[in-house]
Amino acid sequence: MTVESTAARKPRRSSKRVSAAKKPQSSEPQLVQLLSPEGQRVEHPDYSIDLTSEELRGLYRDMVLTRRFDAEATALQRQGELGLWASLLGQEAAQIGSGRALRDDDYVFPTYREHGVAWCRGVDPTNLLGMFRGVNHGGWDPNTNNFHLYTIVIGSQTLHATGYAMGVAKDGADSAVIAYFGDGASSQGDVAEAFTFSAVYNAPVVFFCQNNQWAISEPTERQSRVPLYQRAQGYGFPGVRVDGNDVLACLAVTKWALERARRGEGPTLVEAFTYRMGAHTTSDDPTKYRHDDERAAWEAKDPILRLRTLLTEEAHADDAFFAALEEESDVLAKRVREAVRAMPDPDPMAIFDNIYADGHALVDEERAQFAAYQASFAEEGN
Amino acid sequence: MAAQKLPLAKALNESLRKALETDPKVLIMGEDVGKLGGVFRVTDGLQKDFGEDRVIDTPLAESGIIGTAIGLALRGYRPVAEIQFDGFVFPAYDQIVTQLAKMHARALGKIKLPVVIRIPYGGGIGAVEHHSESPEALFAHVAGLKVVSPSNSSDAYWMLQQAIQSDDPVIFFEPKRRYWDKSEVDTEAIPDPLHIARVVRDGSDLTLAAYGPMVKVCTEAAAAAAEEGKSIEVLDLRSMSPIDFDAIQTSVEKTGRLVVVHEAPVFYGSGAEIAARITERCFYHLESPVLRVGGFHSPYPPARLEEEYLPGLDRVLDAVDRSLAY
Repeated sequence: MTVESTAARKPRRSSKRVSAAKKPQSSEPQLVQLLSPEGQRVEHPDYSIDLTSEELRGLYRDMVLTRRFDAEATALQRQGELGLWASLLGQEAAQIGSGRALRDDDYVFPTYREHGVAWCRGVDPTNLLGMFRGVNHGGWDPNTNNFHLYTIVIGSQTLHATGYAMGVAKDGADSAVIAYFGDGASSQGDVAEAFTFSAVYNAPVVFFCQNNQWAISEPTERQSRVPLYQRAQGYGFPGVRVDGNDVLACLAVTKWALERARRGEGPTLVEAFTYRMGAHTTSDDPTKYRHDDERAAWEAKDPILRLRTLLTEEAHADDAFFAALEEESDVLAKRVREAVRAMPDPDPMAIFDNIYADGHALVDEERAQFAAYQASFAEEGN
Repeated sequence: MAAQKLPLAKALNESLRKALETDPKVLIMGEDVGKLGGVFRVTDGLQKDFGEDRVIDTPLAESGIIGTAIGLALRGYRPVAEIQFDGFVFPAYDQIVTQLAKMHARALGKIKLPVVIRIPYGGGIGAVEHHSESPEALFAHVAGLKVVSPSNSSDAYWMLQQAIQSDDPVIFFEPKRRYWDKSEVDTEAIPDPLHIARVVRDGSDLTLAAYGPMVKVCTEAAAAAAEEGKSIEVLDLRSMSPIDFDAIQTSVEKTGRLVVVHEAPVFYGSGAEIAARITERCFYHLESPVLRVGGFHSPYPPARLEEEYLPGLDRVLDAVDRSLAY
């Protein structure tokens, strides 16, 4: 997919393209939007995007396959194949839009919910499931796809991203780094420190905050008195709120922020205003703390439906495309299902593997003791 | 520079200089480490010679220092981060324990985290609160970290070289009250491995095991005991994770008695771990229980009381006498 070449390059300062009459009504202030919930293209004075039909279909395909994978993972948890799953349902546009804005040499520091970004990076979806099944704590090589391990502790990875970006700048490279986090994480000290470090060192990092309105049971109002994107101002770099359910706007704004980083203009905060349609994880019960009507209101802003409307109404895709994609989704789901079920438990001795790169006497001692203990059962069995 | 007498802080400075010269990926970062050269001048002159890009004054945020050091390590750098004082490390504790220590294992060994965290530690300098603590056990308890502490200038020079060369995260505790003590450093010597203990005084009646600032106290105690006809062996453990239990075992099998000395509180301290393991390894060689001398289960006291709190010559000799009385 090559949206990089055609996506927004620079903010356009001309306001001539904006028609107030055509601009859709939005309850959220200063929300960058390029595709309305009704599936209509809208202009924005600062951000624009121009994609081919193929590229639009590509974004749609990414979102559909990600949602299908996510649904399959939820089902696998219900079937007892996974211990836990953190669904991204509703956040596909934020993740695919930002993920497709990246170049191969850019580097991603995700939370534990960035399944769509992982998809864009080329990480095999089955690799994401190991930690949720309980066979590893991540396990993929971050440098294969420039996609770091999932980080469970909230906000810690924003500092890793900042340090990595400081290294990129030291190397004189024009790559950028993107750190994903959520509205809950915005309260963490590490996020504040990441903002400080990235600002004073002018690090090429984009802070991509998916404000999905809920940190488990706590609404965003419990995290901040100001809209989150405004936090950036206090640190001296720009903050932008984008419609997180609008894949085109997420792509355009992230692209712009990445280009700023590449040009040596430092960090940007992007707040993708979206909604967590499902539970926090499969262990959560959102009926305890939020109303169905809120979810229903967001359902009308679904990121996939609005792009489907555009694809259909502007004839970017035909029925054959949608049918083929449905088939592809089922194939993906089947592959994931079979891969998870075939995923073996690790050897007990793996407990002692990779604790240290250069070895450690105590680990060696305990490994030998545990091996002897295990072997004693084998002897009894004979 | 071949062999010469240097203060411990200067030996560390020379070691950092050598690392910066040898490996372009080595970075120094911390609060006041640049222009000022560190509050103890351990990094004195390094920014001037290697530039602000490699000797980095950071914002005053310890979690940020370690978190960004992790990111720099992931990018291929070898950061040597300074935490200004022992009691200031805790804002970074989460990044160290939760992120740094576990990342190599979480990636199934596919990434390495060569981060050194230098921490001046221990008391005896008449400082205000949070400037005299010995938190080494809190790090040694964590799998994925290595924890070392030199007691003299030569070890300061070489152990820091080795820590920087290590592909594992190393917490490098510097005995701040020994910063100004001079001893011989041979920069062309072949150093001992990083994690082995060393016999610094031979003896046959009892083993004193210590590290960092307490090695000097123990060698002085051994000299005092010798005047009373007691032959004390002194072990400089040098590494708290891993601990060289083989060396302690060898010594205890000879002497039959062991006293472990550290500034850190005795309760759950490294002495407790050593006592348990040596009791297991040397049960039939021990003539008396393993004893410990260290800090109390109290906050580190105000400076006017630290002489009483810190294990000194008399408290070590008292433990020696109690052990020999069994």
